[in-house]
Amino acid sequence: MSLLQLRHLTKRFDGLTAVDNFSAEVDSGELCALIGPNGAGKTTIFNLITGIYEPSEGHVYFEGKDITAKRPDIIAGLGVARTFQNIRLFEGMDVLGNVLVGRHLRLKADPFSAILRLPNYSREERTMREEAMELLESLELSHLAHEDATSLPYGEQRKLEIARALAVKPKLLLLDEPAAGMNPAEREELMAFVVHILDTFELTIFLIEHQMQVVMGICPRIIVIDYGETIAEGPPDAIQNNPRVIEAYLGVGDYA
Amino acid sequence: MNLHISRNRILTLIALVAFFLLLAYASSNFSPYVLRIMNLSAIYVIFAVTFNLIYGYTGQFSLGHAGFAAVGAYVAALLTMSPDQKVANFFLQPIVPLLANVQLPFLAALVIAGLMTAIFSFVAGWPSFRLRGDYLAIATLGLSEIIRVLLINLQSVTNGALGLKGIPGYTNLFWSWGFAVVTIFVVKRLVDSSYGRALMALRDDDVAAEALGVSLLYHKMLALMLSSFFVGIGGGLLANLISTIDPSVFLFFLSYQIVGITVMGGMASLTGSVVAACLYTVFLELLRPIESPFSIGSLDVPGMPGMRMVLFSALLLLVILFSHRGLFGGREFGWDWILDGFDALRKRLKGSKERTGADSDSEEAS
Amino acid sequence: MPFQQFLQHLVNAISLGSLYALIAIGYTMVYGILRLINFAHGDLVMVGAYSVFYAAAIFHLPWPLSFPLAILLTGALGVLIERTAYKPLREMPRINLFTSAIAVSFLLENLSIVVFGGRPKAFDRPAFLNANISIGRVRMLSYTPVIIFTGLVLFGGLMYVVHRTKMGMAMRALSRDIETTGLMGINTDRVIMFSFAIGSLLAAVGGILWGIKFPQINPLMGVTPGLKAFIAAVLGGIGNITGAMIGGFLLGLIEIMILAFLPHLAGYRYAFAYAILVLVLLVRPTGIMGEAAREKV
Repeated sequence: MSLLQLRHLTKRFDGLTAVDNFSAEVDSGELCALIGPNGAGKTTIFNLITGIYEPSEGHVYFEGKDITAKRPDIIAGLGVARTFQNIRLFEGMDVLGNVLVGRHLRLKADPFSAILRLPNYSREERTMREEAMELLESLELSHLAHEDATSLPYGEQRKLEIARALAVKPKLLLLDEPAAGMNPAEREELMAFVVHILDTFELTIFLIEHQMQVVMGICPRIIVIDYGETIAEGPPDAIQNNPRVIEAYLGVGDYA
Repeated sequence: MNLHISRNRILTLIALVAFFLLLAYASSNFSPYVLRIMNLSAIYVIFAVTFNLIYGYTGQFSLGHAGFAAVGAYVAALLTMSPDQKVANFFLQPIVPLLANVQLPFLAALVIAGLMTAIFSFVAGWPSFRLRGDYLAIATLGLSEIIRVLLINLQSVTNGALGLKGIPGYTNLFWSWGFAVVTIFVVKRLVDSSYGRALMALRDDDVAAEALGVSLLYHKMLALMLSSFFVGIGGGLLANLISTIDPSVFLFFLSYQIVGITVMGGMASLTGSVVAACLYTVFLELLRPIESPFSIGSLDVPGMPGMRMVLFSALLLLVILFSHRGLFGGREFGWDWILDGFDALRKRLKGSKERTGADSDSEEAS
Repeated sequence: MPFQQFLQHLVNAISLGSLYALIAIGYTMVYGILRLINFAHGDLVMVGAYSVFYAAAIFHLPWPLSFPLAILLTGALGVLIERTAYKPLREMPRINLFTSAIAVSFLLENLSIVVFGGRPKAFDRPAFLNANISIGRVRMLSYTPVIIFTGLVLFGGLMYVVHRTKMGMAMRALSRDIETTGLMGINTDRVIMFSFAIGSLLAAVGGILWGIKFPQINPLMGVTPGLKAFIAAVLGGIGNITGAMIGGFLLGLIEIMILAFLPHLAGYRYAFAYAILVLVLLVRPTGIMGEAAREKV
């Protein structure tokens, strides 16, 4: 059974149909890409999965359970984490702090235990910190642990956002245009980073990208959408030569 | 239990003991005038620190804070006043029988005031704190106004526009500063914990926070209720300090004062709130003379009532325009800073002594 | 309730509603363009009323002179506030702007306490507005139809400016997307200043008419009308000028009807207004005429 199932998802905004009868499945352990020209509805689909939007029609199933329109924090608790197109880090905190927020949802101690620093809370806090540092180390970010999150260079910020999402210990990781705003060298490094975490952690990764060449060599399966509906699906070579895909991208500038 | 006694903890403990010894000395030796200022400072510290928790740390601009303080003030006052005092006050319309004969010791009255305020804030906050930004500000402002109107109109419960007079003056330095210290302690502990991080995440980017599993409403209510509990106690302390509550005046100035003090002290800085609250209270008193006629040399200046508030609001405006992070914006000062400061000072003094001997050498070298 | 009495209340409601509408327009225009709740707007109402008072009391100006003077003065003050206290903060998080507005409001109120004195003063109602008249079987004082008429004329004039002039088009463009409008070569600064000027002028008119209707003025007289006008603006759809007008009349109607049908709850009518506000914000924050503003995630 697939980890994530999207069935007939439709989202209308006052007359504009952003997502039109979109169905897809992502299997456990996959690295799958959702691509399409700008405005195709990719981020809207992510927002539908994570509960930020309620679909006009259709359902979202995660691990067989219907999670349609549940609250985002509940969905995160079920094992779905995401990053955002425009990096949303917590500016008031350092790198470690940002990652630690990702661990908060698993905290069992109540606020009073936290205020009184009871043993159960202190133990959990210690564990959270250890796990967070381990995570940063495995991603080669631990040397930045006490830097201001927003003082980092763009590429590191992106990695931090991904690290923070990983702190949730998700089963499914949604990456929204992780390579946005990067030059080709940075893009390559980031995509290598994405492949690295796929191998290192027990993960399924579903990522959005609007530039084809970024995902060509990396993602075994690609779904292409335009105007809110699927126009192609399959391995990179099939997609590359698909006339509908080429038509969708014509005039949009760079494509593979 | 892992008893982690660090240098800082010992220093804090010593400071606290010294502080309370000072309070004991002050209680018996300082004039009532000075004591009143010290008590008022503590109460404003509670107001500012709790507002900072909601606004500076959780990012919710709630203008209902003064309203909650008023609720606490009334609850505490009605619980500490004797039945006779109540009869004397409620001459227009007798007080509801439920409250007529209740009289509780101060601590119980304060704690109940805090609890009732917390419950009230939950009921009011549950629907309204789903709003964000300016909408929340206006909704909570409306809330504060509703509280004011209710207080003025519920004649048999609050004595309406007549307010309450003759509230026993139980507040002393130990009560006021005792609770102030507890408030600071609780807020600081919360802020330094994982819950504090969740609150700040909520403040910095609530969409991202929610996507990481932080329940927005739960954490907002946590900050609100905790903050309201202590604000209610602060209100109760205030009622038992100034012994009267005038509902029409009480709320109006208090709303602005709380916001002003906290903003000037610096958002997300408990140090800032404490310092600003104390400075505000002291300056308010020091400047009282300008509101009565006085003379500079041979120049007679007529009294200008209300001038202090003009200066306060002008100062607030200047702070927002030129230094919007406030005095201590986002920074805390603790023992590390003070001791490091001494170290740095010592090094500078030593360094200058050595340099006077080596001056000629270095000049030649360069 | 006899029909005549009902009509009486209705006329009262419309005249009160006109006042709220006049003040609400200023709020909504500023919010539409700058997304700022101009807390100080209500206090401009007070400044308008006091300007007329002092023009008459000290300079003995007749109303044909004092009214326009007061309106212009208040309009200038509104622009001054925008230049000094709001413009510098435009690039910052909105909450700073909001706090600045709060500070300005508090400053104005306290300054007027110091300068004008805290005790209420009697507003001089021009004789022609003090006459007893009857329209049909409804009796009223002559200021009531004047207030309603003035409101309608000003509203009509504003609609003309907003929909038929270039400046009006610029204002509408700014309230949609201020950045892009700026990039289109429109001097956003001037449009903002113009909006503040108009809003403040209307507030001044509201203040004068308020002083005529309720001839006791005090330094804090702008607080309640200001808040109520804001509620009216939210009710009608904040950012929408027609909405402000509708909201103003609606609020006036609700308030007077509560007074008429539930007189024992009269003291609570302020609470009702705020309760309406909270309800609107929770159920339909965009108000009657508003469009939802969506945050792009």
